[in-house]
Amino acid sequence: MQNLNAAVNFWQVLYNKTKEKIMNLNNLMTGAVLIAAFATSAIAEDRTIRMATEGAYKPYNFINDNGEIDGFEKHLGDELCKRANLKCTWQTEAWDPIIPNLVSGNYDTIIAGMSITAERDEIIDFTQEYFPADPSTYVALAGASNDAINGVVAAQTSTIQAAYAAGTNATVVEFATPEETIAAVRNGEADAVLADAAYLADFVSSSNGELIYVGDPVAIGGGIGMGIRESDTDLKATMNTAIASMKADGSLAKLIFEWFDGRVVKY
Amino acid sequence: MSCWQTISSYVFRSVGIGERSLPKTNIDICDQFILIGSGMIWNVYFAFFALLFGFFAATSLAFARNSKFTILSFPASIFIFIMRGSPLFIQFFIVYETFVLLPKVGWDLNLGIVEITLETRWLTRAWFGALLVLFLNTSAYSAHIFYGALKSVPIGDIEAARALGLTEKQINKRIIWPTMLRLAWASYTNEAIFLFHATALVFFSSFPAWQQKGDALYYASYFADKTFNPFVPYPIIAMYFIIFTLIIIYIFNAIDKRLNKHI
Amino acid sequence: MFEFCIDPKIIEGFSWWSCYLTTGKHLYFYGSFFVVFALLLFTVPLILIFAFAGAIARKSSIFPIRWFGILYTSMVRGVPDVIFFLFVPIALDQGIEYLRHKAKCSDWTESIRQGNDFVVCQAAKMPLGSSDQWVHEAYGFFTAALAFSIVFGAFAANTIYGALNAVPHNQLETASAYGMSRHQIFIRIQLPQMWIYALPGLSNLWMILIKATPLLFLLGVEDIVYWARELGGSKSERFSSYPHSDWRLGYFIVLLIFYLILSWVSEIFFKRLNFKLSKGQATLGSSQ
Repeated sequence: MQNLNAAVNFWQVLYNKTKEKIMNLNNLMTGAVLIAAFATSAIAEDRTIRMATEGAYKPYNFINDNGEIDGFEKHLGDELCKRANLKCTWQTEAWDPIIPNLVSGNYDTIIAGMSITAERDEIIDFTQEYFPADPSTYVALAGASNDAINGVVAAQTSTIQAAYAAGTNATVVEFATPEETIAAVRNGEADAVLADAAYLADFVSSSNGELIYVGDPVAIGGGIGMGIRESDTDLKATMNTAIASMKADGSLAKLIFEWFDGRVVKY
Repeated sequence: MSCWQTISSYVFRSVGIGERSLPKTNIDICDQFILIGSGMIWNVYFAFFALLFGFFAATSLAFARNSKFTILSFPASIFIFIMRGSPLFIQFFIVYETFVLLPKVGWDLNLGIVEITLETRWLTRAWFGALLVLFLNTSAYSAHIFYGALKSVPIGDIEAARALGLTEKQINKRIIWPTMLRLAWASYTNEAIFLFHATALVFFSSFPAWQQKGDALYYASYFADKTFNPFVPYPIIAMYFIIFTLIIIYIFNAIDKRLNKHI
Repeated sequence: MFEFCIDPKIIEGFSWWSCYLTTGKHLYFYGSFFVVFALLLFTVPLILIFAFAGAIARKSSIFPIRWFGILYTSMVRGVPDVIFFLFVPIALDQGIEYLRHKAKCSDWTESIRQGNDFVVCQAAKMPLGSSDQWVHEAYGFFTAALAFSIVFGAFAANTIYGALNAVPHNQLETASAYGMSRHQIFIRIQLPQMWIYALPGLSNLWMILIKATPLLFLLGVEDIVYWARELGGSKSERFSSYPHSDWRLGYFIVLLIFYLILSWVSEIFFKRLNFKLSKGQATLGSSQ
């Protein structure tokens, strides 16, 4: 019996030691793969990556008091560029022509709270998501019932929310900017507004109870990813690697926690 | 969907008649032609009524501006200055934002046969509010043109009319007004074309589109966004505008011939 | 900007306003007024170039050139400027990059249109990807000015064409009788005298050009409308040190006043110019 125990012990220790060695080897290999990945996805040294964002969609991206681009995505983008060892510059672009301009080559990435949808994926490529699918919520004036979602619903033109609302029983009113959709609810033109939960959260919390959530959240669109030209496979690989590394060491989750009211994501 | 089906579903979509949901996938060129053409209904509606009501307002304003009573000429010149001096885009915005602040009431109007309720809510709807802005805008521009023409009416004609014993009212109606129109007509044609083009801005600025009913540019932008290719819908809408502009020029030239018949 | 602006939460009234109106964002807003001026001043010579080119093309005796002149002046006048501004910049941009690509990267083996993408070699990109942001913004401004000039040049071409025809023919005949060549007649007699006839149309066009500048934001230029919307939108405490509700109406009234002043000053300028150009002309204006 003692011999058996000793034997089991021996094999167990051997097993653990081997597992450790394999894990170390794994880490080494992962590291090697990463380095190899960086080395083979050779982005030319002299290429500056131009990042485009909208600048009007808190807290993803907005213009701060100093007139600079700010927000979750600005910080994320800067960190990704640092990890990928790229020189990046930022610019703002209106929402409607943001994809045609990418496709035309006026900049290299779209990092503007853009949901990954099958439609968009046909035209451009997306990196892996860096933010989980954000449900869209309805917000109405205090005192409104849940039935407001079937009344007049305001949404921004050419968004997935506008397309979704057009398919429901509600009467859709489309405005050019997201600001105007909230104003429409405030001045009574619309019964409710349908937009990303993250965007509406700030308005509801700072409205002192004037604005409330109604109805159930709806899941429209996939997670949020970075848009890249389909022909730009090198950049996509580099960015994917950088995003993966941010997920692996928890810095992405930490950034989301900071910017999105303590939201915890499993990255 | 074959092209005939598209026509029957979408040709009146811009006013709410037809298929409720806009084409989302497999958008072909027939979809774009029909839907953008359907949007032109709004542009023609705005241009026609704004020009029609604006014409009469403009002639009144021109005479008011020319009047020797300051109580008439001063407000007229201020109105013309403000509406001519500011961009239409900004006028749309300010008017819309002011109208949404109004309380939502309705007045009952008894027209004898039928009783209708005038709602202040209509002011924020494009079919009324935007038409109002376009009407005010074109009356100011046209009034300026008519005023310039009024000042250019040959004095000889007026003196001859007086010598023939015509009353002031007759002179205004038979000599001054037609001559003013004749002298102004070329510039007025230009103004009509500008107004027609300006109707494309309605749904681009503050006035929202209800139930995805919009004008031609609204649908053109919709297609440009959905297909991510601006090189198809925008030339289509350009083509529609060229056709309608030629129609306007033809009509106005015909009127011009009539005005110059005696010369 | 001022020392007491470090913590805007504790100040009120005039001090709050003096801090609010001098934030970096507001300085961009004030700067954008100069962008509008710069665009207006920059487009005037460009418009005149297109206008003369169009007018001379229309008068030309060579059939294709005359047809091109007619086509240019009619087609552009038949389409709303909004549509041009949505369409022309991308087309121009791709056109320029395509030409540069052909010139600089003749050894490029892949096709330019890859699926939906428009891909040219790095050296052909206009402006270069490595250039600073200000170069990109200046280029955006330049394409905007070019788009404006093409559109308004067509209208001006019509005016210039009419004005060239309006110079009294007896003047041209007298000059010809004196033995001047066609070129000399054009430069010395027709051109200087044409301006008085062109002035009403051109001054009208200037006023329309002023009114068209709010559409600059469509061309990607951060103009006054862009900043007015951005600044006017409601701000919460979390994202700004100067929270406020929806102030867009106020900002747009400021824009309204700006445009009214600009129009007023322009009208005074044109009245004076009209008076000056009328000297020596056989029109009603010169005898007043």
